[in-house]
Amino acid sequence: MFRYILKRLLQLIPALFGLSILLFFWLRLLPGGPENTLLPDDASAQQREALRESLGLNEPIIVQYGLFLKRLGEFDFGNSLQTGRPVMEEFTTRFPATAELAIAAMLIAVCVGIPLGYFAARKRGSFLDSSAVAGSLLGICIPVFFLAAMLKVVFAEKLGWLPSAFRLGAGARFTEITGFRVLDSVLTGEFDVTVSALGHLILPGLALSSIPLAVITRMTRASVLEVLGQDYVRTAESKGLQPTVVRTRHVLRNAMLPVITAIGLLTGSLLAGAVLTESVFAFGGIGSFIYESTQQRDYPAILGFLMLIAIIYVVVNLLVDLSYTLFDPRVRVR
Amino acid sequence: MPLLTVDNLSVTFTGDDKRPVRAVDGVSFGMDEGEVLGLVGESGCGKSVTSLALMGLLPSRGVEVGGRVHFDGIDVRSLPARRLRDMRGSQLAMIFQDPLSSLNPVVPIGRQVTETLRRHKGMRGKAARERAAELLDRVGIPDPARRLTEYPHQLSGGMRQRALIAMAVACAPRLLIADEPTTALDVTIQAQILDLLGELVRSEGTSLLMITHDLGVVAGLCDNINVLYAGRVIEASSRQQLFANPHHPYTAGLLGSVPRLDAPRGEALTPIRGSINDTIDWNDGCAFAPRCDHYTMECLTGTPELVPAGEGHQHRCVNPVNLDPGPADADRHGHVAEGDNVR
Amino acid sequence: MALGTDRVNKVDRLAELTAQRDGDAEGASLLRETFGRLRRSPMAISGAVIVGAFLFVAVIAPFVAPYEPGAQLWGREVMPNQNVFVGPRGENWFGLDHLGRDQLSRMLVGARNSLLVGVVATLLGFTAGAMLGGVAGAAVSLGRAWGRRLDAVIMRFIDMMLAIPALLIAVSIAAILGPSLTTVMVAVGLAQVPIFARLLRGSMLAQSHSDYVLAATALGVRRPRIVRSHILPNSLGPVIVQATLTLATAIIEAAALSYLGFGNPDPATPDWGAMLADAQRFLVGAPELAMYPAVAIIITALGFTLLGEAMRESLDPKLRK
Repeated sequence: MFRYILKRLLQLIPALFGLSILLFFWLRLLPGGPENTLLPDDASAQQREALRESLGLNEPIIVQYGLFLKRLGEFDFGNSLQTGRPVMEEFTTRFPATAELAIAAMLIAVCVGIPLGYFAARKRGSFLDSSAVAGSLLGICIPVFFLAAMLKVVFAEKLGWLPSAFRLGAGARFTEITGFRVLDSVLTGEFDVTVSALGHLILPGLALSSIPLAVITRMTRASVLEVLGQDYVRTAESKGLQPTVVRTRHVLRNAMLPVITAIGLLTGSLLAGAVLTESVFAFGGIGSFIYESTQQRDYPAILGFLMLIAIIYVVVNLLVDLSYTLFDPRVRVR
Repeated sequence: MPLLTVDNLSVTFTGDDKRPVRAVDGVSFGMDEGEVLGLVGESGCGKSVTSLALMGLLPSRGVEVGGRVHFDGIDVRSLPARRLRDMRGSQLAMIFQDPLSSLNPVVPIGRQVTETLRRHKGMRGKAARERAAELLDRVGIPDPARRLTEYPHQLSGGMRQRALIAMAVACAPRLLIADEPTTALDVTIQAQILDLLGELVRSEGTSLLMITHDLGVVAGLCDNINVLYAGRVIEASSRQQLFANPHHPYTAGLLGSVPRLDAPRGEALTPIRGSINDTIDWNDGCAFAPRCDHYTMECLTGTPELVPAGEGHQHRCVNPVNLDPGPADADRHGHVAEGDNVR
Repeated sequence: MALGTDRVNKVDRLAELTAQRDGDAEGASLLRETFGRLRRSPMAISGAVIVGAFLFVAVIAPFVAPYEPGAQLWGREVMPNQNVFVGPRGENWFGLDHLGRDQLSRMLVGARNSLLVGVVATLLGFTAGAMLGGVAGAAVSLGRAWGRRLDAVIMRFIDMMLAIPALLIAVSIAAILGPSLTTVMVAVGLAQVPIFARLLRGSMLAQSHSDYVLAATALGVRRPRIVRSHILPNSLGPVIVQATLTLATAIIEAAALSYLGFGNPDPATPDWGAMLADAQRFLVGAPELAMYPAVAIIITALGFTLLGEAMRESLDPKLRK
């Protein structure tokens, strides 16, 4: 078990090394260069040259990469060109917002998708089943940013039921501990902040959950259908077990295995969807920042953020694989 | 009173877009307390479907079941689902063909044994675990206490089948149905499992319905044998009678296609030609006629009836073979000879 | 004599009785069988109808579009800043957009450009991905040490790419290329490369472990030939299904790129993604402006998805009976 984790983490190192080469050279192809972003248009050639020199851009590209790699070892991705602050700092201050949003979306997807998929499979061919199948097909076909904007217009701007932007209401006072507002406010006992933070999560969470919800519903349905036809379900029934025992211990427990893997793989689409959702709701997470960085050609920020996202994706999937071993004894022996 | 009576049982599969398939077509037989009955036939003859119908395990959708099944005087088919569940696992139990796919891969063996004890005997915790260990020990699994915590993939094929048997006999059922329990196993293991089954049912007085395609399996174990073809019983008799004196050409053919050590060297096996797909509807005549070497025009007009011939021996054939040339049967026998000429 | 007629009668009667049962026993080729199932699947039919209608509109668009899609013919009638929009009317069936252009003409011509984005992006992703995955799959199927090493190198690279969400790959490519229709095609297409590569390689690997490959090897068929004429053709099914599904993804992701500002800025060649991104700003005042392209995108994506899912189902050996 321990060796397995270690092996997986060690495998991450060459992958990240390769990724850094790829992204570094890739983003150097960006037209313009940072001096155009940082300096006004009427800056003199001398000023530009001085800036290039100070950023180390006049060194051979291999040397630049070497320097980049050296700092990478200390988790230093350089400074953002937009804000002048370290990329790592920008990331850590924004990441809790995105994580909170992604967790909210995943919770919605799991809590709705698994029961929906399960009952659709049990009542195969029923109205519920057809609606679940149709809904999950539709869910992956609606552009996320459009769904987010529609939710915002209808429920926030027209009906006024929910806030339309940001993570908290204007003027809210809160104590920052972890950056996760819901968690922090519960820890400090500021429950009015908890309510506000949750309220601000509903609409973006719903919008972001559309794709994972569709995938989890379909996956659960297909998986339950397959398990229902398995011999061991018949064995369980031949023992005269109560239907609830058959359904939970024998059907659901097996049917959840592929769904758990899917949840890990969906992290990627959540992070991509966050870019779109956050910019609609001005949520101020990493998604919004990546969006601004690409607009501003803030290449150290893009590079750093993409690498950190890749790391998060790999780590989340490692955690999912590890939790998988708790559910499936067959992968335990390694 | 017989323990189990099956009367005119029929099962029809009605797919969405396919034409209905009648898998079991009027099967009738009875079983006494403590009897070991073999249900023999090729794959596709409806023997597994019969066993699932007896247990009430066929899916409710796309399947039509007809006829009556009485267990211990109770009409099983009209029993409410709750009552039937109470009987399954305690009175009636079943062992399946493929032990790997029939065991839940993510639940420890022990749990799969104790869940039956808990359901029907109300045993929990330590008591249930100890009883489960006893059961595993009873079916010949070494080191049962350790095996309880293991998962199906950690056991060998024979051990898995033993575990399935332990689950089936956990509540001392009165009728045990074994559906091809040895087919998925190595030959050496097959014999061990058959010995175990025979020993278990004889010592507990359990009735055993043994479903198989293998005449070798029934030869050593069964008191009586029913041969099934295309969803109907075509011959029923005691084991000795059947092996010594098969009446139906199909049974005779099955026996003729089994290799024997006492056969003269160089003697070729005589296989039955064709396959179970070469069949006609029972309403039009004998379903075996297309593969039969003895058929006449008579075989193709109307359904042949199951007729008695000798003590406890019945067959469903117009032109039976191997009938004892007794005075009562002389006429029939002559008829067979004539039929042979036609060939 | 009598015996002879009896025998003829017997054979005839038997033939007649057995013939009744043999309706569907004839062997059909796998391809025809798959196709036959597709034709009976309601999912496939509705998908094909939607895709067919979309193709039809895309082809005839330039000939039937009533106005020049880029011309601001009624520019003075629309004032988005003061919330003045023009809805459907006699001369403009779908009304005007925020710059006073005919919405119907833009939708029709937009179909053509959206189709172009979908097809070109998918072809790009499919070709590059299938080449990478095919080389890796072939290398490992050949079963030599160098083959496994080549496979390991390619797959490390692919797995690396897979760790970054496709949209973010597309965004970083788009950032390099600058906003244009070509950018959208290239960015969306390249972002799909790792998925295609992974899929083809996995599919080839599964095939190379199958019994018929073992049988061919045992018969002395040479490895390269097995890879070329057995493994590769049999592995293409899932990749083709993925390509159909990618046509839907590509159109949706193209819209997302437009929303993020990397879309096509050329007013003369509108596409649904850019139209939706533009209209998003006026969602409160004129929601119908966004509705036209949004509904068109959703329905088209649904068409390709239905078709792809139906194909996946008909190729699934588990459902084949």
